[in-house]
Amino acid sequence: MDAGTLGAISTVLVMIAFFGVCWWAFSPRRKKRFEEDARLPFADDDAAGKEHEQKDHPGDDADRRN
Amino acid sequence: MSSNPAVATDHPVYDYKVVRQFAIMTIVWGVVGMGIGVLIAAQLFWPELNDLFQPYSHFGRLRPLHTNAVIFAFGGCALFATSYYVVQRTCQAPLFGGWLVPFTFWGWQLVIVLAIITLPMGYTTTKEYAELEWPIDILIAIVWVSYAIVFFGTIVKRKTDHIYVANWFYGGFILTIAVLHIVNSAFTPVSFMKSYSAYAGAADAMVQWWYGHNAVGFFLTAGFLGMMYYFVPKQAGRPVYSYQLSIVHFWALISVYIWAGAHHLHYSALPDWAQSLGMVMSLILLAPSWGGMINGIMTLSGAWHKLRTDPTLRFLVVSLSFYGMSTFEGPMMSIKTVNALSHNTDWTVGHVHSGALGWVAMISIGSIYHLLPILFGRKEMFSVRLINVHFWLATIGTVLYIASMWVNGIMQGLMWRAFNADGTLTYSFVEAVQASYPGYFVRFLGGLLFLSGMFLMAYNAYRTAKTPATEAVSNDPATQAA
Repeated sequence: MDAGTLGAISTVLVMIAFFGVCWWAFSPRRKKRFEEDARLPFADDDAAGKEHEQKDHPGDDADRRN
Repeated sequence: MSSNPAVATDHPVYDYKVVRQFAIMTIVWGVVGMGIGVLIAAQLFWPELNDLFQPYSHFGRLRPLHTNAVIFAFGGCALFATSYYVVQRTCQAPLFGGWLVPFTFWGWQLVIVLAIITLPMGYTTTKEYAELEWPIDILIAIVWVSYAIVFFGTIVKRKTDHIYVANWFYGGFILTIAVLHIVNSAFTPVSFMKSYSAYAGAADAMVQWWYGHNAVGFFLTAGFLGMMYYFVPKQAGRPVYSYQLSIVHFWALISVYIWAGAHHLHYSALPDWAQSLGMVMSLILLAPSWGGMINGIMTLSGAWHKLRTDPTLRFLVVSLSFYGMSTFEGPMMSIKTVNALSHNTDWTVGHVHSGALGWVAMISIGSIYHLLPILFGRKEMFSVRLINVHFWLATIGTVLYIASMWVNGIMQGLMWRAFNADGTLTYSFVEAVQASYPGYFVRFLGGLLFLSGMFLMAYNAYRTAKTPATEAVSNDPATQAA
């Protein structure tokens, strides 16, 4: 197999992989799951938020200003 | 606080000590690294400054110290601090690794101190961004593997089902840098502090720029994109614009970046097909880069008003604008015909700083301003107004820097390639140097503005840490939450 054929095959394979990733990410079946995953940075806030109300600690909402 | 508290209640106790240490050292090394940068920028305008303390103060010895200090000391500490923070918060698990955690901090600081000692003494492998000699390279490899164990160990023991996208970017960065560093630093030591590369000729050049460009692509991009995916949503108070796009962004970025390095070797002894491959891959790279930038900026849709009052958020968003700008400029400069004009001119230097000051430094500064009040248990920074002043100093400084280098670079390129009718060169080299003087001064001024902003940050951070807290920061989960 010459370099040209090898290049053509790998180009097609990479293209399939790319469309595969796009399909996997944008498939409507996974939409809800990803919306939940996107909220992960705020997930440990909620638990802490409750404790914050109980203990009334001012350091808690440092990044909730504004 | 011990470095690895093992409390596992429903709200884990996070290890903030190491995050605090790295966050403070980010500011310290930022001042040092950028200070050296301003000095060498001044040397180009006032050459007598080379003679301050010869041979140690020579431009040729201080320049690699500047790049190593800003990339690996300032940028590296920012990456350690934020990745250790983000991986704990999004995995809801304290750091894994016990004594390895403080070892990564002290090991990395030792690497930096050794660089500050050996580079001015003239010990160098001459490989750009990999100048440190072999004993230090071995130390870097050991620290880096420890870092990987701590980071991935924490991911393994996570309490959440999903691995948040920021951790994918941090993980990709840690893994790739390990591979790049170990392959590019393959050497044959001939004596203590002297070694020769395991590769020769054009192959050595290709390995070096495979490493060099991926130092940009993974150290200075993927790692800081991890920062973006956590701190932009956090500071804006809303989840990232499109999580699906972030997945495509990750896979596209990491699979394309690794091929782009050959564009550093246009018109060299590197085979022509390899140069063209590097150029094509660099052009494709525009798509994932802009996908990520748009994803970050659009996170603010519906919250644009926050930019008016929150200078920390402004740092994060403007960094994305500079990221978009430099990732457009990069692919353009990788086109061979454009590169014929830009290669070896100040345009390249301006391009690097549009990424380094505008993107890497600004997103790090924004993230550190987000972190400091949380790490020290304060409601907010000592002075939000000073953050605003810092923001404008940094922005104006960056714009002055890159604008002057555009002018200088294009002028140099045009002067070098100007021919007379009889085929002789129109300008001698030194005429192009002379014509660059005004630009060198504006660049020095821009760098000085950026550096003065870092001093404000250092003062602001010091006062924030010293302000008496209503309650001392502790391992109490409530104090750690924010």
